[in-house]
Amino acid sequence: MSSNNWQPVIGLEVHVQLATKTKLFSSSPIAFGAEPNTQASEIDLGLPGVLPVLNKEAISHALKFGCAINAEISEKVIFARKNYFYPDLPKGYQISQLDDPIVGKGSVEIKLGDKSKIIGVTRAHLEEDAGKSIHDLYSNNSAIDLNRAGTCLLEIVSEPDLSSAKEAVEYLKKIHSIVTFLGISDGDMSQGSMRCDANVSVKKPNDQELGTRTELKNINSFKFVEKAIIFEIDRQIKELEKGKEIIQETRLYDSKKNLTRSMRSKEEANDYRYFPEPDLIPIKISKDQINDVRNNLPELPEIMKERFMNSYELSDDNAELVTINKETASFFEEVLSYEVSAKNAVNWITGDLFALINKNDTNISESKVNPKHIAEIIQNIEDQKISGPSAKKLLEIVWNEGGEIQKLIQKEGLEQISNDDEIEKILDEVISENQKQFEQLKSGKDRLQGFFVGQVMKKTSGSASPQVVNKLLKDKLSK
Amino acid sequence: MSDLINLSLTDQILGLTDRSFSSKEITEAYLSEIKKKKSLNCFISIFEEECKENALIADENIIKNKARPLEGIPIAHKDIFCIKDKKTTCGSKMLSNFVSPYSSEVFTKLDDAGAITLGKTNMDEFAMGSSNETSFYGNVLNPINEKLSPGGSSGGSAAAVRANLCSFATATDTGGSIRQPASFCGVTGIKPTYGRVSRWGMIAFASSLDQAGIIAKNAKDAAIALKYMSGFDQKDSTSLNEEVKDFQKEVDANQDHVIGIPKELIENIKNDQVRDSFNNSISILEKDGAKIEEINLPHIEYSLPAYYVIAPAECSANLARYDGIRFGHRSNSVSSLEDLYVNSRTEGFGKEVKNRIFIGTFCLSAGYYDAFYNKALKIRNLIKNDFDEAFKKVSSIAMPTCSNSSFELGSISDPVEMYEQDIYTIPANLAGLPAISIPSGTANDMPIGLQLIGNYLDEGRILNLANKFQKLTDFHEFK
Repeated sequence: MSSNNWQPVIGLEVHVQLATKTKLFSSSPIAFGAEPNTQASEIDLGLPGVLPVLNKEAISHALKFGCAINAEISEKVIFARKNYFYPDLPKGYQISQLDDPIVGKGSVEIKLGDKSKIIGVTRAHLEEDAGKSIHDLYSNNSAIDLNRAGTCLLEIVSEPDLSSAKEAVEYLKKIHSIVTFLGISDGDMSQGSMRCDANVSVKKPNDQELGTRTELKNINSFKFVEKAIIFEIDRQIKELEKGKEIIQETRLYDSKKNLTRSMRSKEEANDYRYFPEPDLIPIKISKDQINDVRNNLPELPEIMKERFMNSYELSDDNAELVTINKETASFFEEVLSYEVSAKNAVNWITGDLFALINKNDTNISESKVNPKHIAEIIQNIEDQKISGPSAKKLLEIVWNEGGEIQKLIQKEGLEQISNDDEIEKILDEVISENQKQFEQLKSGKDRLQGFFVGQVMKKTSGSASPQVVNKLLKDKLSK
Repeated sequence: MSDLINLSLTDQILGLTDRSFSSKEITEAYLSEIKKKKSLNCFISIFEEECKENALIADENIIKNKARPLEGIPIAHKDIFCIKDKKTTCGSKMLSNFVSPYSSEVFTKLDDAGAITLGKTNMDEFAMGSSNETSFYGNVLNPINEKLSPGGSSGGSAAAVRANLCSFATATDTGGSIRQPASFCGVTGIKPTYGRVSRWGMIAFASSLDQAGIIAKNAKDAAIALKYMSGFDQKDSTSLNEEVKDFQKEVDANQDHVIGIPKELIENIKNDQVRDSFNNSISILEKDGAKIEEINLPHIEYSLPAYYVIAPAECSANLARYDGIRFGHRSNSVSSLEDLYVNSRTEGFGKEVKNRIFIGTFCLSAGYYDAFYNKALKIRNLIKNDFDEAFKKVSSIAMPTCSNSSFELGSISDPVEMYEQDIYTIPANLAGLPAISIPSGTANDMPIGLQLIGNYLDEGRILNLANKFQKLTDFHEFK
């Protein structure tokens, strides 16, 4: 396969929408899904005479990210105007950063199976988002919604250290996990809180210089990042093998057709005419301020994972699974606060609960199941008050409708029968109905044991304790 | 009642307070004078009914002893300041239909101080011009000789004060737009320190140079008006969080003055009358006890080229928002997005504005930034340093406001010749220093101005010196 002769070189530009209360330069609230143009003030509309005032919360969010990736922090923050015309860019320029980005060189570590790899972060800078153009609302007109205009973005630029689509996805997941653990973004890619552009090129393994790169725009899910990069690497290799040259250009990923297509070439590229934003004065960042952020940094995923492995004796895999995001990790710890075993908690969360979450394509914080539910289900099993199958049934009920575990156990009649006499009566019934099988079991056909336990469970709608049934059956066989 | 409009602001405040006359009387007197002198074309809008109502409210406040500092004083605002629910045109066809949904801080402060807004004054389009001929609403006539220009860009404000159409007027100064028309119309105009007055709601031309100020009958009036207009505003990040001294007290205080004279600059004045008048003014002040010191401003000769890079560069970005999308002029002949931009801007902007957008866009373009914009910023710093050096030994600096008195309307067609109007006024904008122009004699039977430049935040000092000069001379009296 020809691709073995080529080495992909990938860098990502990730735009993270920061979870600030108000916009980067105005006091307009940030709310997703509000009526169009209701979250836009005179500043966001770029009316004549308006002036930007920097949101300090955005600075502190950016500093948190910088500290989390051990990056250099700029002593002063300077904003610049990036000039271009677009209908949803109200001022005709975007306030962004060029020189002295707030976050300088840093790095993150990604896991690839058993190995890990350090990926350099070149810089991360603050900028305001544009509004949205909507082209399919009216037949002959485009509509502009400026609710998003002016929301805070942190653009995180990686070094071209990624060498496969898989690595790119792992890096993106890492950034996602960092920003969500820091609480500086909800990281929701489906709502555009995290967007990604990829710079892709290929070269021969021994080439010193990088190949000509293309920029893939706006790939908005982990899945599409992987697919778009795989497609693009493949496209570039095919072109090069045909003896053609790669054109430096911007390409758009079409997720429906799974291909990338040319958007504009370098010749048509904008000259953004950056210059320092005269409406804002440079912001000084003091050493104290940086130390303060560093000392108050929330626990990051790796550290949390290690702590879980040490304090709760979780396996590496299990610790990884429950620290997949901040919500799951705090869900897990809240379950533990009800004093149930960590092992059971992990099993229930990463097993049955994750299955439901994945099946319904949602996330843990949006489910009706809360940590108390899981804890009580576990406790009831440990106290042998409900059986495993009943527990699964309970979880499904709570998933769909919510409710209180104790009440549901009673309402649904899921209380486990652990009274020996009662179970023995039912077991006797089952034996008399299945004399032939019982004789076979007696004569050594051990696998029939499960059949009898199953029959008893069936008659009790799963509420008999399987342990008790097994014990009683053994007693009867030894008689 | 026509004598009421001749009174100084100080006397008008006194007369209103001791109820020698009412705000109703003085307001109506101005309104009738405005009608009488309509042909001067000083106003773009007049709020006749509204200001009559406000005068009645003012009179009530005065009777109830609830008078605010400028209660019932009729004033005019340059049409660059947004006023809620009022047309704000900036002298441009582009904004001829723009009704502002919010008010500028300058308007709000003076309105809160009790002033009555008679209307909004004519100006060069987007404050770009030195003759008032670039206004979409036609040029203003100089009240002293109607064949001549009132100067610009605040020509409407200067002419309105000179023609007794308002007690005082607000104005703005980016490269001389307060001081040059004040000089041409024989009135007093002060541009305070950059950041002294909030730019919120003042339509931007060149953000790092624009500063609001006052055109008044004399230095004392200007001091009072400026006092109520100044102060920190958190809506403007470049506004200075510094104590505003009581200019009204300072203007009359007993102060010693050391006046710096840039000898080389004065020797090179081509117009004999301007040079003689300047030397005469200095000897008047010297006789009164001021100390005169020769100073050196070695880089001041580069002010003009530096300014004509920085100002157009900032203007090219500031005026990008006028794209026909959300407000302002929108072309009727549009068949594509590009048409919408090109035609709306081609039709909406006048020639001089387009010239400056072109110059600014060019200076910021890739490959030219360092040669032009960056170099201009370096010159700006050198000029600042020159002034800092000079202010180590002097308390103010004197030079002419302009190299000539007013010229005939239509007589200057070469833009560069027009730009040279600003040769003595620009340095104070580049350095951010306060500067005042006061009438100091005549050339060709038209007024010329003496310019006094103060140290950073030291408006009180130049107001005091100007007042001293006006006590010794009668150049400022309207004859």
